[in-house]
Amino acid sequence: MSGTSAPQKPLPVADPVTKPFWDSVKRQAMELQRCNACGKFIFYPRGICPHCLSDDLAWQPAQGTGEVHAFTIVHRHPNPAFAGEVPYVVALIELTEGVRMLSNLVGVAADPAEVKVGMPVEVVYEAMTDEVTLPKFRPVGSRQ
Amino acid sequence: MRRGIEGKVAIVGVAESDRIGRVPDVPAILLHAQAARTALAEAGLKREDVDGLFTAGVSTLELGEYLGIEPVYTDGTAVGGSSFVIHIAHAALAIMNGWCEVALITHGESGRSRVGMPARATAPDSLASQFEVPYGIPQPVGAYAMACTRHMAEYGTTHEQLAEIAVSTRKWATLNPKAMMRDPITVEDVLNARPITYPFTLLDCCLVTDAGGAVVLTSTERARDCRQTPVAVLGVGESHDHSLISQMPSMTSFAAKTSGRRAFEMAGVRHDELDLAMIYDSFTYTVLLTLEELGFCAKGEGGEFVSGGRTAPGGPFPMNTNGGGLSYNHPGMYGIFAIIEAVRQLRHDYADQGIRQVKDAKLAVVHGTGGVLSSAGTAILARA
Repeated sequence: MSGTSAPQKPLPVADPVTKPFWDSVKRQAMELQRCNACGKFIFYPRGICPHCLSDDLAWQPAQGTGEVHAFTIVHRHPNPAFAGEVPYVVALIELTEGVRMLSNLVGVAADPAEVKVGMPVEVVYEAMTDEVTLPKFRPVGSRQ
Repeated sequence: MRRGIEGKVAIVGVAESDRIGRVPDVPAILLHAQAARTALAEAGLKREDVDGLFTAGVSTLELGEYLGIEPVYTDGTAVGGSSFVIHIAHAALAIMNGWCEVALITHGESGRSRVGMPARATAPDSLASQFEVPYGIPQPVGAYAMACTRHMAEYGTTHEQLAEIAVSTRKWATLNPKAMMRDPITVEDVLNARPITYPFTLLDCCLVTDAGGAVVLTSTERARDCRQTPVAVLGVGESHDHSLISQMPSMTSFAAKTSGRRAFEMAGVRHDELDLAMIYDSFTYTVLLTLEELGFCAKGEGGEFVSGGRTAPGGPFPMNTNGGGLSYNHPGMYGIFAIIEAVRQLRHDYADQGIRQVKDAKLAVVHGTGGVLSSAGTAILARA
């Protein structure tokens, strides 16, 4: 097959500080940073703790659970790769560790009657390419 | 303790670009320049008088070159649509301390036609590109919509209440010949408009236009020699607390709480003394949240505060009297247009235009919000 290629979604490109996170997601074993000095979890990954400015940070396996802190249902997007999939849910997930992460909610209808703030969710891994996997979330108990 | 401005600095000229709305034949930098020229002429000042230069969106280098201005004070603070309100604070500080005498703040954006605009691309390894872009959140609308769903869940805010803001703002736009959208709308129109990103429909969202704006400030002393009724700066405040929406410390509170408190404290005025509120309205929800954060109502009561047409012409709380970013004009960073309208109302420029003029307007609050509820600038202005 040749000719027109399908529109591409933009994918994350890791930097030296964030690479362990993206590597852990690719292994389907998401890890988060925790500050050894103040004990707090951190997301997105940083080289310095935003709570106490320590650089004594360690990677820990994430529980992979959380809840929907806020969400939106997208009906229009300027990138055709996303526009072809509307409506879909973008959600801010509050992980059990206390940090928040933007992601997509899958395994549920993109309908405000179905998606609720406070809904418990768990991580699922979506391989976008051989190189890049994204962490997404589904309602706990969802089969998808 | 901050030293206050005490009304020692005044706005002496304001202007839009020669045309606003759809202006495909004018590049962004010329929109700046047209507005600057008209604002200086209105003030009765010359280009040579300007010694302080302030802008966002382009570098002050490019602006100074285009206008032939060599400033001794230059400030390119660029934190989104609030930048120009924050420039008022910085210009006041510079003028009070004698670091410059005449400050020119400009804005120009070809938001609709994209003529002469910088490229929008972000690096693929930026934090936004890694942690938000891959999930398909349309920006900035998706960020505001997402913050709004949290407010709805915590406080029971409804789409009908948000729609009230769009409806009242449109009523003001029907009175402004420069407004792009002038046909009246109803709450049902807002609810039934094309969905953009839940809970927003098209009519919850600002316009995308081409426009420039400019504001000229000087000392209140020198303002006496200017052509227009001066409008004094009484209080200012600024803050920001995140860049990415996923990093917002609280989804239902933002930097306006800090900027507003500091502006009101410096001005020494009470909320019930204000005659006019110009509140950045990128989206309906931006206004509702800002009113709460500035302290016009209790947390969670923003929906009730705007209901029943309270902010419409003839209502008890005149707000966004130019028709706002929702119905008048919004090229991308609207803040300067909120300042321009507040000044015109305080000068009584619309005295012969019936209910368009807020009666006996003496005191106004102008609030700018930038980024994705990221930054805030508040100014309290008074008819001198």
